Amino acid sequence: MVDKAANKAVGEPFVMDIERGKIHEFARATHSDHTDYFEGDSPVVPPTFLTTQFFWEDLVANSNPWNLIKMSQKRGMHAEQEYIFHGPPPTAGTRLFCKSRIEDVFEKQGRRGGTLTFAVMVTEFRNADGTLVAEAKLTGVETAKPPEEES
Amino acid sequence: MSVLWNEIEAGKEPEALVYGPLSRTDIVRYQGASGDMNRIHHDEPFATDAGYPAPLVVGMLPAGILNTWATNWLGPKNIRRTRIRWKSQLWPGDTLSFSGTVAKKYEEDGEKKVDLDLVCERNNEVVLQVWSTFVVPE
Repeated sequence: MVDKAANKAVGEPFVMDIERGKIHEFARATHSDHTDYFEGDSPVVPPTFLTTQFFWEDLVANSNPWNLIKMSQKRGMHAEQEYIFHGPPPTAGTRLFCKSRIEDVFEKQGRRGGTLTFAVMVTEFRNADGTLVAEAKLTGVETAKPPEEES
Repeated sequence: MSVLWNEIEAGKEPEALVYGPLSRTDIVRYQGASGDMNRIHHDEPFATDAGYPAPLVVGMLPAGILNTWATNWLGPKNIRRTRIRWKSQLWPGDTLSFSGTVAKKYEEDGEKKVDLDLVCERNNEVVLQVWSTFVVPE
């Protein structure tokens, strides 16, 4: 059950190192064999790679405010996900300084009745200079009962 | 090798990538790579207990493959934005088609850019949409 009190919560800062082997693994898992992911010492990350922030949040207590949303694992769904890159995507060897915040929690009526509860989390990824390199925006939705078609 | 600006045109996009049937191994490989270990995507008893017929395909997997289609064409270093929206649930055994069209070609802040409308389809039904922006180097 979504906890609306989590709206505007801010997570503790965490560090994410962009690693070559992780890029290889992620590119394979998303069925890419593009040479930009596999050749050289500092390959670029795939477009959805920053989702691996999961691994780095795990190392820092209270870094992931999404946990405060308490969305049901059974009735919760990923509705939208966006990645914005302010220049070329990061490359292996880069250390990113990251921070997540709950941007919004709101309700909507579903097409088949029942209330849908949405939550939005934004993560900022900055380089050592503090320059904003990338942003991730996660939108989750929880249905009143297990969804059949729409997520 | 990157595609050239004057080669990018609506109606001249690369062919669709067809992949399937999606397997539980595809799901597990993606979950391990991404770090999203939500049980609903691999734990059969947990998924059926939640009312699903099988483990639900993790939505970021087809989203990743759809972005792969786009970066194979316009280059991984050139992407600047990708926005993903899921429309339907997917299941192991589904065969999916990944493709896209040129929505807009324009110049902004001194850079040449292209917006793509990308779709993942199952039996000609759109199950996942992506809107992405790439720069196109001179």
